[in-house]
Amino acid sequence: MFWTKIKRILRAGFVSFWRNGYVSLASVLVMTVTLSVIASILFTSAMLTSTLNSIKDKVDVNVYFVKTAPEEDIANLKQSLENLPQVAEVEYTSREQALIDFRTRHADDELTLNALEELDENPLGASFNVRAADPSQYESIVTFLQSRTSNEGGTASIIDRINYAQNKQAIDALSRIIDASTKLGSIIVIFFVIVSVLITFNTIRLAIYIFREEISVMRLVGASEMYIRGPFVTVGLMYGFVAGIVTLILLYPFTYWVGPITLRLGTGLNLFDYYLAIFGQLFIVVIGSGLFLGAVSSYLAVKKYLKV
Amino acid sequence: MLLLDKVSKLYADNSLALDNISIHIKPGDFVSIVGHSGAGKTTLLKMILAEERPSDGAVFFEDTDIHSLKRKQINSYRRRIGTVFQDFRLLPDKTAYENVAFAMEAAGRPDDEIAADVPHVLELVDLARKMHNFPHQLSGGEKQRVAIARAIVNQPDLIIADEPTGNLDPVNTFDIIQILKKINDLGTTIILTTHNTGVIDNLGRRVISMKNGKIIQDSPEGKYHL
Repeated sequence: MFWTKIKRILRAGFVSFWRNGYVSLASVLVMTVTLSVIASILFTSAMLTSTLNSIKDKVDVNVYFVKTAPEEDIANLKQSLENLPQVAEVEYTSREQALIDFRTRHADDELTLNALEELDENPLGASFNVRAADPSQYESIVTFLQSRTSNEGGTASIIDRINYAQNKQAIDALSRIIDASTKLGSIIVIFFVIVSVLITFNTIRLAIYIFREEISVMRLVGASEMYIRGPFVTVGLMYGFVAGIVTLILLYPFTYWVGPITLRLGTGLNLFDYYLAIFGQLFIVVIGSGLFLGAVSSYLAVKKYLKV
Repeated sequence: MLLLDKVSKLYADNSLALDNISIHIKPGDFVSIVGHSGAGKTTLLKMILAEERPSDGAVFFEDTDIHSLKRKQINSYRRRIGTVFQDFRLLPDKTAYENVAFAMEAAGRPDDEIAADVPHVLELVDLARKMHNFPHQLSGGEKQRVAIARAIVNQPDLIIADEPTGNLDPVNTFDIIQILKKINDLGTTIILTTHNTGVIDNLGRRVISMKNGKIIQDSPEGKYHL
């Protein structure tokens, strides 16, 4: 009997979804908007996180050595830096390499190259590019370098300058901006989610309002609550499922179009690649929210008209 | 089978819809209830269907006080009663067949019974040809016949017909009453409310006349008079 009931409820739901085509279409469209808003949370947060990371990634410390610094001392310093747990990587650029880099960078600039030729010796010093395991650890690395300079008179002379301070300000400012926009963004998104969930809920309530007379007829025929409610909940689930599929399909061309733009904006993320990468999660979140919203709103909406 | 014991209904706005009504209906009766609008006929039927609770008194169906039933029990109680209304109250997005089948599905009847009984009942009300039409494709008389088919398909003990001919022309009215008579002859108790003098006079069965919530006459082979 149980399965017969389930079968009848599902069939009634499908038939009702199909026969009330316009009501279904309207509900699905409204729900598609809601689900798109929900999907956009995922995308926005991913984009902001990725932007923040790519900026953090650009943080590094450059240590420039004086031209006369002996290779041996530099190698020693490199060794001791690499022994620090905070340091992820130390990249050494020798004087010769620095010159080659300079030439390639200015390959089109005849004037600068000529000026370089005039000089008797290589004007460039060797340098380190130091990356920390975590951006918050640069402070201590810089302190370490400075302590090395003050403690041992010998090494003091080999370091020309450390360019951390200038970068730091710009990076801190950017981090603050991104942090603030993440917060603002989530407030706006949450607002939109609430609004669109309410709209969806109301649309389904209206759709069921049309059937209030019928619900009372069903009551009078002696149908049980489950038997009356079942088909409406089925229809709600179908709204959610169809809207979810539509949303996922619409996101394909949208992210395909927007993806290169987001990459160019320096977020370090192509939205289209991201869409493909998290499709599984996206599917679960979007379809899941759709099913949940549809079922719950239908369930609650019918309740109102069951009291005969 | 049905006993109303000193039933009164006072609505929230202090209007007295039923005033100390007592009626006893025996199995197989065909009872007509007549009276002007506002006489309390519809309230009386709502009492019997457990749609309204009496302010005073009780309604017994066989031996149970129906207003002491729980929700689930009310569902199964209602399945023992077939209802027919003036405005048909069919489910508009279901075909004639599906409307009748719905009552059987709601009662939890198996599929093979539904497949066998629904066409049979529709044939009984002479609608076999329009089985798959939707309500909006049917005339008033045809809709009412679908409603009757739905009411009888679960072989109820009692059929309540609230002004079933109110929206119909004389020919259809005659048809509907003939169908109800036939059902009554097969043993089902029927309670009918109507304004139609001709219907009552033709029937020649028990007539209860109501006025201002009171019974003013209860005659076993009555004519319509107020």
